[in-house]
Amino acid sequence: MTTPRSAPSWSCRSLLIAAPFAVVLAASPLMAADLRIGLQEDPDILDPHEARTFVGRIVFNALCDKLVDTDAKLQFVPRIATSWTVADEGKTLAFKLRPGVTFHDGTPLDATAVKANLERAMTAKTSRRKSELKSVAAVETPDATTVVLKLKQKDSTLLAQLSDRAGMLLSPKSFDKPVGPNPVCSGPYSFVERVQNDRIVLKKFAGHWDAANQHFDRIVFRIIPDTTVRLANLRSGQLDMLERLAPTDVKSAKADAALKVVSIAGLGYQGITINLNNTARSEGPLGKDRRVRQALSLSLDRKAINDVVFEGLNTPSIQPFPPASPFHEQAVGVPARDVAKAKALLKAAGHEKVTFEMQVANSTVEQQLAQVIQAMAAEAGFDIKIKATEFASMLKQQSAGNYQATRVGWSGRVDPDGNIHQFVTTGGGINDTKYTNADVDRELNAARTVYDIAKRKAHYAAAMKILRDDLPIMYLYHPSWIWALSSKVDGFVANPDGMIRLSGMKLK
Amino acid sequence: MWKLILNRLVVAIPTLFLVTVLVFALQRVMPGDPLLVMAGEERDPAVLEELRHHYGFDQPLPIQFLAWLREVLTGNFGASLRTGEPVLKLVGQTLPVTIQLAVASLLIAAAIGIPMGILAAVRKGTWVDAVANVVSLSGLSIPNFWLGIILILVVAVQLRWLPASGFVSVLDDPAGALRTTLMPAFVLGSGLAATLMRHTRSAMLEVLRLDYVRTARAKGLMPRAVILKHAFRNALAPIVTLSTLLFGQLLAGAVLTEQVFTIPGFGKLIVDAVFNRDYGVVQGVVLCTAVAFIVMNLVADVLYILINPRLRT
Repeated sequence: MTTPRSAPSWSCRSLLIAAPFAVVLAASPLMAADLRIGLQEDPDILDPHEARTFVGRIVFNALCDKLVDTDAKLQFVPRIATSWTVADEGKTLAFKLRPGVTFHDGTPLDATAVKANLERAMTAKTSRRKSELKSVAAVETPDATTVVLKLKQKDSTLLAQLSDRAGMLLSPKSFDKPVGPNPVCSGPYSFVERVQNDRIVLKKFAGHWDAANQHFDRIVFRIIPDTTVRLANLRSGQLDMLERLAPTDVKSAKADAALKVVSIAGLGYQGITINLNNTARSEGPLGKDRRVRQALSLSLDRKAINDVVFEGLNTPSIQPFPPASPFHEQAVGVPARDVAKAKALLKAAGHEKVTFEMQVANSTVEQQLAQVIQAMAAEAGFDIKIKATEFASMLKQQSAGNYQATRVGWSGRVDPDGNIHQFVTTGGGINDTKYTNADVDRELNAARTVYDIAKRKAHYAAAMKILRDDLPIMYLYHPSWIWALSSKVDGFVANPDGMIRLSGMKLK
Repeated sequence: MWKLILNRLVVAIPTLFLVTVLVFALQRVMPGDPLLVMAGEERDPAVLEELRHHYGFDQPLPIQFLAWLREVLTGNFGASLRTGEPVLKLVGQTLPVTIQLAVASLLIAAAIGIPMGILAAVRKGTWVDAVANVVSLSGLSIPNFWLGIILILVVAVQLRWLPASGFVSVLDDPAGALRTTLMPAFVLGSGLAATLMRHTRSAMLEVLRLDYVRTARAKGLMPRAVILKHAFRNALAPIVTLSTLLFGQLLAGAVLTEQVFTIPGFGKLIVDAVFNRDYGVVQGVVLCTAVAFIVMNLVADVLYILINPRLRT
């Protein structure tokens, strides 16, 4: 009844609003050298030692310098540290610093400043970087451009940590006051203002060592959570680029000549975490019999999931390490769906039908994904009850062991350790499955102490072979980062870490 | 009148206290843990414990409440757990935004709803009344977010007449403010216009039946004067009450519209705070909203007195 009636009212409305438009028709003036980036969420605290969100890292990449960076192939490249050496059988990591660098407030960025930052990250009460730097025993500064990290034990994951927030540098002068509301870094752009849930504005720092490659006067991060609205803002010219275009919008964005779409497989994974041993909720065939889990995995067609739910834009996978990582095992591949074999495995385990509950975050896409999984698994004899929960509550239930399975994933780290160790080792901080296996523990601990990539890879391969059999976490796919840009934006390079590196980018 | 205002303010104190207790309790009953949100993806148990202690979440609830209340009474509303921004700064940033939007919406609602209501009442039973009813029914039944997205797609993306999002304060740049506020205010106002129209219509019908209106007509006054000067003036009281209540509603209830037009308003602040379990912000914002409602009610009472001389004694 409402639909036919709303039609005439619509034209009535158009008439009513037409008059005031005439007054405000004047075109909006565009600041030529502003880059306006649409973010999906509001970043949390703008203090790299306390921050924890993905979007926050995008802002930090413009605002702050870090010791080292990674390139699109996940190789380490110089930033503030121009070179680095591992010595003392892997127990010393020494950095040579770029000379003559200053923070936005004019304080020199020298070895003392780096030391002050690392120590703040390691000891401050509210620091979230402690576990990332826990192998560091002491920071020494033999001269103004040399920083030496003395390690408690060999740690091949440390350089990767220093390529992210743990290696970001704040002016030590800013430590006395709360950093978040007014961060003082040394990056290519300095902080101007923040309106929570609306925008973060940075302006060009003329004194930056890479200023010649920075082509914007201001960077304006605009927070627009709704994907449709974010794209509409790009189309109407209120944004120059946006991060995380919805896969469902890719087709229409590609069809628009004024836009371009760039994507790359990210560092993370999405999968199903299964409760093996965390409280009594783990009882039952799914948690207690690996054959049941293998059957579930075999019942899923990962490629079809990707095509149906994500327009084929993600990368189906059964491993935690993304395609860009040197630790990704090319030979493993993605096994084809095999319902007959899945049924046989269930039968061998003594079950005709297995019922379990799967927690799912309460977004539309998550629920679509869960329903596809549910339908596929049903053909092999699984009865999955989908329980949609708000994300924070879902994680809490999972930590507390009050779940059987969760459809959840991980945003991913540059270093392979970050994608696997804490999830499956005995006593790992986020081992919510409470999986425990001495061989896996040994291999993953050993991998932390090996600097040679080929040798390290062998340790991960050995652990993954066991994990693919036990399946505490069933990997499904690696999500892709998808950006949409105005065709006026030049020089953007997609990187698997999902960051936006502004160096060399410009507006035509 | 001053006595009335003073009375209301005294009664407001227990109300505000009750509101804060309720909000505090409700938040703690809600599932989810702010520290799990804060500890990041790694959720390192050692970090969790340290944070729990740092923010006092390891204290018994009544102690936590008293600690918060003590700070509030000394003017310290605390800082956001999520961003470290002071709560008062957040309120100060978002409240003017929402007030501007609410005033604009109410103006649009009044400009559409009241004349339509009067017209519908005066021409009761004719095609004018029918059209007004249809328009108001559609105004009520079209969801805000849908109308918002359609307007963005048509007006901002296709026609490029107005920006799709953003906010400019009327104090900084009146023209820019008009450009950014017009669409969201229209979306909010069109829904409210329907409510206002229906109330105006019934209030007018009520009054038009009365003897003094017939007398006014009988003594040969222009119909226009009868309707606007005699009838409408007396029908105004319920409309004013409704408007002030609607205004209060707009302060906290414009979330969807704020979301669609990405306006950094009060409603969005509180919804995001709830999702992030940002306790301090939720408490601070709800306290401010409660104050706003109490003030709006008071404003309604004062306006009554100004409109209706009989209450002035």
